[in-house]
Amino acid sequence: MLDDLTEAEGKALARCRYAVLGKDRPLRLDCGVELGPYRVAYQTYGTLNADKSNAILICHALTGDQFVAETHPVTAKEGWWESMVGPGKVLDPARYFIVCANVLGGCMGTTGPLARDPATNQPWNLRFPVVTIADMVRAQAALLDHLGIPDLFCVIGGSMGGMQVLEWAATYPKRVFSAVPIACAARHSAQNIAFHEVGRQAIMADPEWKGGDYRLHGTAPERGLAVARMTAHITYLSQAALQRKFGRNLQNRNALGFGFDADFQVESYLRHQGSTFVDRFDANSYLYITRAMDYFDLADAHGGVLAKAFSGTATRFCSISFTSDWLFPTPENRAIVHALNAAAANVSFVEIETDKGHDAFLLDEPEMFRTLSGFLQGAGSVRGLA
Amino acid sequence: MSIAAPIRVDLQLIADMVEPGGRALDVGCGDGSLLAYLVNFKRVDARGMELSQAGVNACVAGGLSVIQGDADTDLGDYPDNAFDYVILSQTLQATRDPREVLRQMLRVGKRAIVSFPNFAHWRVRLSLVFGGRMPETPSLPYKWYDTPNIHLCSIDDFRALCRDMGVRIERAIVLNSKSRPIHMPPLLANLFGEQAVFMLRR
Repeated sequence: MLDDLTEAEGKALARCRYAVLGKDRPLRLDCGVELGPYRVAYQTYGTLNADKSNAILICHALTGDQFVAETHPVTAKEGWWESMVGPGKVLDPARYFIVCANVLGGCMGTTGPLARDPATNQPWNLRFPVVTIADMVRAQAALLDHLGIPDLFCVIGGSMGGMQVLEWAATYPKRVFSAVPIACAARHSAQNIAFHEVGRQAIMADPEWKGGDYRLHGTAPERGLAVARMTAHITYLSQAALQRKFGRNLQNRNALGFGFDADFQVESYLRHQGSTFVDRFDANSYLYITRAMDYFDLADAHGGVLAKAFSGTATRFCSISFTSDWLFPTPENRAIVHALNAAAANVSFVEIETDKGHDAFLLDEPEMFRTLSGFLQGAGSVRGLA
Repeated sequence: MSIAAPIRVDLQLIADMVEPGGRALDVGCGDGSLLAYLVNFKRVDARGMELSQAGVNACVAGGLSVIQGDADTDLGDYPDNAFDYVILSQTLQATRDPREVLRQMLRVGKRAIVSFPNFAHWRVRLSLVFGGRMPETPSLPYKWYDTPNIHLCSIDDFRALCRDMGVRIERAIVLNSKSRPIHMPPLLANLFGEQAVFMLRR
């Protein structure tokens, strides 16, 4: 299963662990396709304790991956949640056994459109089945089975990671002692689907995309993927933060250029975000994962009543939103809390004041850290964690 | 989670009314001191609702289960009989629709525990009758123009509302200005009580 890897996948798999699952029992996807065998690339920090009660699963966001708290093998940048995970941090490997797996459909070592269809031995590309958030969670559950972890002390994640957290709590309530959905929603909004569609159209409009078969043609839709990233990146920030950071400042010049170079710092910043993104992310994977988010509507399988997704749950929830997040604004997060209340679930909800927009969950937000350490401390004492 | 600090006397009275091991919702839980007491000393599965976001964040950081919410609007989310007790301490007089809040409390909880300042306390009466000014007392420390208390009542008013709603009063404790329980006939209790704690049942 390790043939035909991209350079990024090769570097990733050399630096993390992976499991080949579904050999005997394939993964039954929401679209009806049975997928197997499939590979799940994952990373762990810390040690599972004797009674297996200290496992925490981190669910990553759209373009995140399993390299949570270490130098990234492809970008050489620090891990995407080093502010949260590490010695002395909220999620301390000295206390918890922390697992993070690259999602199904991803491009950092887990099976996705980059892989080969075992039936035809051809690259999946756009023939890869469309996966859902629930499929991603099923693959994670299979990984936990493989690792011998019966249940999780906590499952935590922001954005698409938060969607997975909700799916975990709804699908495997007995395996989830506590759940922390951050800056997310129980369903993807029309506006968010709209932004994803712009990103996908940018990729598919790139002539180098070639109907998804760019690797067969030795091309790469880098411009399309970069534009998709630029658009998305705007939605991760806030109007106030963009203004504070860039204003109308010019980039390496004293006057307007009267042309279409990156006159403004904000343009240069976005171009940089786009061009560095294509080095680590696959265009088809971007199509699949954005689609999974679009399809997410947790209430749908419960007659449209979100509370029913959580009925009878014993899981302790802590929901967190940020005041300036307009991608997953507070009311979306509050809707989850209302549903949990309707299920009489044990839930805490904190809205954190910040101008950093959706990305705040990835940044140094002391109030988020205080909230989470308090929540985990409380849950830990009920769980009997030393 | 080793909070052992003594809590306010009226909160202690409320805590004493709660049987150990049950499930309680503290509406308007403030800094969470009653919640922490119920969790730590009574093994109660206690949750809180608080209007101020800063208060909520501090409670959650202290390991308590608290959400930001409004007694007037957010009790409606909970299913019937979700709690053994729904507690509302020193908040009823600040709600927009106290009668509806009480009704919701007794729908969501098997019992409701309510504490409130008595507007018929002699100090209040004197202030208005002889001073000719809106009362300012230790339990009502606001000016008329900045008070959050928009639906003040006396102990007798509250009893009348319970009668009117067909709500059973299981216990009623009247406290004097030193927060000590006083035992007097209702007419005098309504004069000398500065605040009251009621335990109600449908």
